[in-house]
Amino acid sequence: MTVAKPLPHDAAPLHVTGQARYVDDIPVPANCLHLAFGLSTVARGEVTAIELDAVRRAPGVVAVLTADDLPFANDVSPSVHDEPLLATGTVHYVGQPIFLVVAETHLAARKAARLGKIDYAERPAILTIEDALAADSRFEDGPIVWSKGDAAAALAGAKNRLQGSITMGGQEHFYLEGQAALALPQEAGDMLVHSSTQHPTEIQHKVAEAIGAPMNAVRVETRRMGGGFGGKESQGNALAVGCAVAARLTGRPCKMRYDRDDDMIITGKRHDFRIEYDVGYDDDGRIAGIEFRQYARCGWALDLSIPVADRAMLHADNAYNLPAARIESHRLKTNTQSATAYRGFGGPQGMLGIERVLDHIAHAMERDPYDVRRANFYADATGSAGAEAGPAPINEGRPVPADSDADLTSRGAPATAGRAPQPPKDAQTTPYHMAVEDFILNHLCDRLEQTSDYRSRRKAVAEWNAQNEVLKKGIALTPVKFGISFTLTHLNQAGALVHVYQDGSIHMNHGGTEMGQGLFQKVAQVAAASFGVDLASVKITATDTAKVPNTSATAASSGSDLNGMAVKAACDTIRDRIAEFLGERYQTRDVRFADNRVEVGGEVLTFAEAVKLAYENRVSLSATGYYKTPKIEWNRVAGKGRPFYYFAYGAAVTECVIDTLTGENRILRTDILHDCGTSLNPAIDIGQIEGGYVQGAGWLTTEELVWDDKGNLRTHAPSTYKIPACSDRPDIFNVALHDGRNREDTIYRSKAVGEPPFMLGISALMALSDAIAACGDSYPALDAPATAECILTTLDRVKT
Amino acid sequence: MGVEFLLNGETVRVEGEAPTRTLLDWLREIRGLKGTKEGCNEGDCGACTVIVSDQRGSRAVNACILFLPQLHGKAVRTVEGISGPDGQMHPVQAAMVEHHGSQCGFCTPGFIVSMAAAHKNGRSDHDDQLAGNLCRCTGYAPIIRAAEAAAGAPVPDWMAEDLARLDAGASDIAIPTSSDELAEWYAAHPDAVLIGGATDVGLWVTKRLDELKEVAFLARVDDLKSVEITDDTVRIGACASVTELMEAIAPLHPDFAEMLRRYGSVQVRNAATIGGNIANGSPIGDSPPALIALGATLHLRKGDSRRDLPLQDFFLDYGKQDRAPGEFVEAVSFPRQPDRLKCYKLTKRFDQDISAVCGCISIRTEAGKVTEARIAYGGMAGIPKRAAATEAALAGQPWTRETVTAAMAAMAEDFTPMSDMRASAGYRMKSAQNLLMRYFLEDQGQPTRVLEVAP
Repeated sequence: MTVAKPLPHDAAPLHVTGQARYVDDIPVPANCLHLAFGLSTVARGEVTAIELDAVRRAPGVVAVLTADDLPFANDVSPSVHDEPLLATGTVHYVGQPIFLVVAETHLAARKAARLGKIDYAERPAILTIEDALAADSRFEDGPIVWSKGDAAAALAGAKNRLQGSITMGGQEHFYLEGQAALALPQEAGDMLVHSSTQHPTEIQHKVAEAIGAPMNAVRVETRRMGGGFGGKESQGNALAVGCAVAARLTGRPCKMRYDRDDDMIITGKRHDFRIEYDVGYDDDGRIAGIEFRQYARCGWALDLSIPVADRAMLHADNAYNLPAARIESHRLKTNTQSATAYRGFGGPQGMLGIERVLDHIAHAMERDPYDVRRANFYADATGSAGAEAGPAPINEGRPVPADSDADLTSRGAPATAGRAPQPPKDAQTTPYHMAVEDFILNHLCDRLEQTSDYRSRRKAVAEWNAQNEVLKKGIALTPVKFGISFTLTHLNQAGALVHVYQDGSIHMNHGGTEMGQGLFQKVAQVAAASFGVDLASVKITATDTAKVPNTSATAASSGSDLNGMAVKAACDTIRDRIAEFLGERYQTRDVRFADNRVEVGGEVLTFAEAVKLAYENRVSLSATGYYKTPKIEWNRVAGKGRPFYYFAYGAAVTECVIDTLTGENRILRTDILHDCGTSLNPAIDIGQIEGGYVQGAGWLTTEELVWDDKGNLRTHAPSTYKIPACSDRPDIFNVALHDGRNREDTIYRSKAVGEPPFMLGISALMALSDAIAACGDSYPALDAPATAECILTTLDRVKT
Repeated sequence: MGVEFLLNGETVRVEGEAPTRTLLDWLREIRGLKGTKEGCNEGDCGACTVIVSDQRGSRAVNACILFLPQLHGKAVRTVEGISGPDGQMHPVQAAMVEHHGSQCGFCTPGFIVSMAAAHKNGRSDHDDQLAGNLCRCTGYAPIIRAAEAAAGAPVPDWMAEDLARLDAGASDIAIPTSSDELAEWYAAHPDAVLIGGATDVGLWVTKRLDELKEVAFLARVDDLKSVEITDDTVRIGACASVTELMEAIAPLHPDFAEMLRRYGSVQVRNAATIGGNIANGSPIGDSPPALIALGATLHLRKGDSRRDLPLQDFFLDYGKQDRAPGEFVEAVSFPRQPDRLKCYKLTKRFDQDISAVCGCISIRTEAGKVTEARIAYGGMAGIPKRAAATEAALAGQPWTRETVTAAMAAMAEDFTPMSDMRASAGYRMKSAQNLLMRYFLEDQGQPTRVLEVAP
């Protein structure tokens, strides 16, 4: 079997030799044009005059477009059509595209784009969470509230109680390959688009609208991205649409790639949050009731902020059984980049909220935060999947009106009210009333506690701190429970197209996109396993909207769950056809596919011979496959149901050291135990875990986005925005996979791995908090990112 | 002729390109060599790393801020030239596949080239060698495993450069080959921009989109590249790279070298020159505070006339230096001295980050009293600046915590730092003061450096 093997990434030999092709590497026809946007220099205001003569006269400029020049839809929003490709009289953030330069070269376009003279009537910009609250600037009518039990009563009756708040910064994706698209006009007005996108169908949809064509006139191809992390779920729309519109206008191929600074200034990032909490707990540290207020800074347009903020609410419990909880979520509208999808999609923010609460309770009780965490864990699962169904589903909440122009395959599409299944009686439930049936963190953490030597290292840290005046160490163990499925239930579907050619070679295609996560290799392993052939027989091909239609974004960690199943279905269909044919021909029911051979009764054919025979006997060797995730039903209006098919789990121990004179800090050691079910490819999964952890730790430490008081992003290049470098990874970095299988019937019982390990990075922030707490009596209440400056400021607070 | 160099072993002549055409653009757009990637276009991510070799050795540099004339007479090797002529993988390539060192693959060619350069040079300090290559996917662990695995393999013979095949004679672009030639040319073209390593000027072109009118390239001014150490003086030629300074200075002032280890990345240090770091007058250049603390003298030349001045006096005001048109930095020197220098570089990220504060402190004590204090800071004013009041508060005082505490308070008279995206004014002042305490405690033998703590 090719599954469960630690095979290298399929494109690794191409990566290391420089042959792997990204959008900007695709050879283009000689007459290809290049695009650049002219950007708003004010955060909020009306455009009173646009003077573009100098742009038009600049060397190499072929055309300059404003909103008035667009022939059809001026819209690149993945949700409610509030995001024009080019501004229409009003600007909403510094960096908003106002005009589009079409030129002979990339450099000519960039230079010309700076020559526009635009006058604005500026209005006071709403930049911060506080600004937005003061102005009541928000999406949706008011806050969303989901609850379980009577949190207020539980708080009132609790023996102990505390309040606090944590602010956490956003995060730039910093995919190494910037946004890029290439549009090649075809005959009869058709358009071929190469896009660095996680969501080819969305690109197809937006391009079709923009050139006034049906979706069948647009084909989008994505071979690979140089990193995505959520930043290419919707943020590539503008480039692809710009290219397609310009290509239609000029009849020439058009390419656009953002220079890094433009990329960072124009595109959305992770939502920054402030989370306020009020918690009541008993003398064992067990939470009796909790209230959260989550404030999300969404930026100027809606984009995917509703499902992001929803997912933050859905992870407000993380691994903890909250008997009574009330979660209030504010989606605030500000004159900044429209915050968007980023690995974890709100989950990390919600999770950090409750992890802070546990840390705070432990400090108040002078206990090891890990013990307080354990006291609040859900109970581990017993028994098998498919627990007895509860009473009949409830259906409540108001329906959401249908939107005929909706981006149906976008996570920004409006959710219907949906049915909400009742959890089984006596089940432990989340604050959104989903039974937690697959919890494993008690025994997973037992094991991690041992393998990491947590208890004795915690003692050693305290002893070390007693002997050091300037430097202090900290250590923390934090868990992750992350819900797997799109919360917009209908997106949990996938298609595949598989051909077997007469020579026995296999062509595999599915709706998922490759951004480095190894999806293509994992799915190819599934295909090879179905046919019992070597991986070399399976050709991995570019994602193509003409092969598999109506795809969901490769997002929500769903790629291998959904596409693996769809490909398996397609492969099994073809295999079963071959088997049926051979069985009849050889008069046997015993047909087996293994080791590149097909055994039929006593006969042995090579796979290629079997295929040839099947072809000659008119057996169809091409099939589609389709999969939809079972069991999920979610009513987001009511905040009730089962939005997730299952949970992925993990835990991390981080040890760090801080310098109390400067706030400088460093991660010394990290131990991780993570749950991938039965891993489809342990090497790829460990890569996701290591990379996710470092990215998560980066979010909470060095990665600081700074806007000035005019709304200019001041950290718009790697010179000022600092993602982790090589030496920032822990000196000792132990990563292991938890042995187990998914109790739900996923592809070979594996679990999704893209996002969950990101949140293991929370242990780094909690370790820093622990180190700071060693310096004084007050609770650190450490915010994120915990830069050296933030730590030094926090130390001042703790010492006084 | 224009510019001549070896590209993956083949001689190429480039004619008719603007002198500020970057190697990266030329490789991708003219040569169609798409393996070298543009990640940031400012020398901070390393996706465009190539190897440049000359008589002084082979080194990794960033192609995105490398102008073609800088390559005249040298050899360039891109990722396409790291594999053998028959497509054999280089040991670092094979190790990266085997150890799962690539995920999205976009940064990978840059890593491969950096790793191949380090491998060729026999370097095993992998974290430092790869500090200039950013990867957003892997968390670096598998890349380091790959670098370690490949370390023992011999350097493939195809990595050798046959520089003798180049003639690289005079060019129509100003690429002087001696300081005399430079002096004469610059005196005649006083408004020109001198380009050393282009790690700063490169960004004027790629980011500010400046069109530089007159330029000269210093890549071949070999007589300004040496670091001469005599019994009483250390003299650093203006065209010495930061790498060359770092290696030369390590035995004398190890903490200066340690600070330079965090100055830029390998690629930046290999390109950047000390003369450039001084002459551009940046308030956050890292070498001036250290050199000022060492009592450095700057050597300027214009035509045939030369003058010397204390380095600290060169920096007049933000963006303004005591340098006449046509005058250039020839060298900087400082007296040999017992090593009392500590260099503290505060940044958001340890490696390859521009300083929020760079404090360089040299305090001599005798019989428990301070006999001399030289303290200079970057990031605390519009120029690299000495902390005169702080020094005065220390001079002649007992070398005690009380003295240091008093001197820390005096520092408020020396500086009025500003707030920006790197740090607030308040943090700058407080941390700068605390660095003096760090110096004292370190001198007393206390552990004060998080980078030196073992897990």
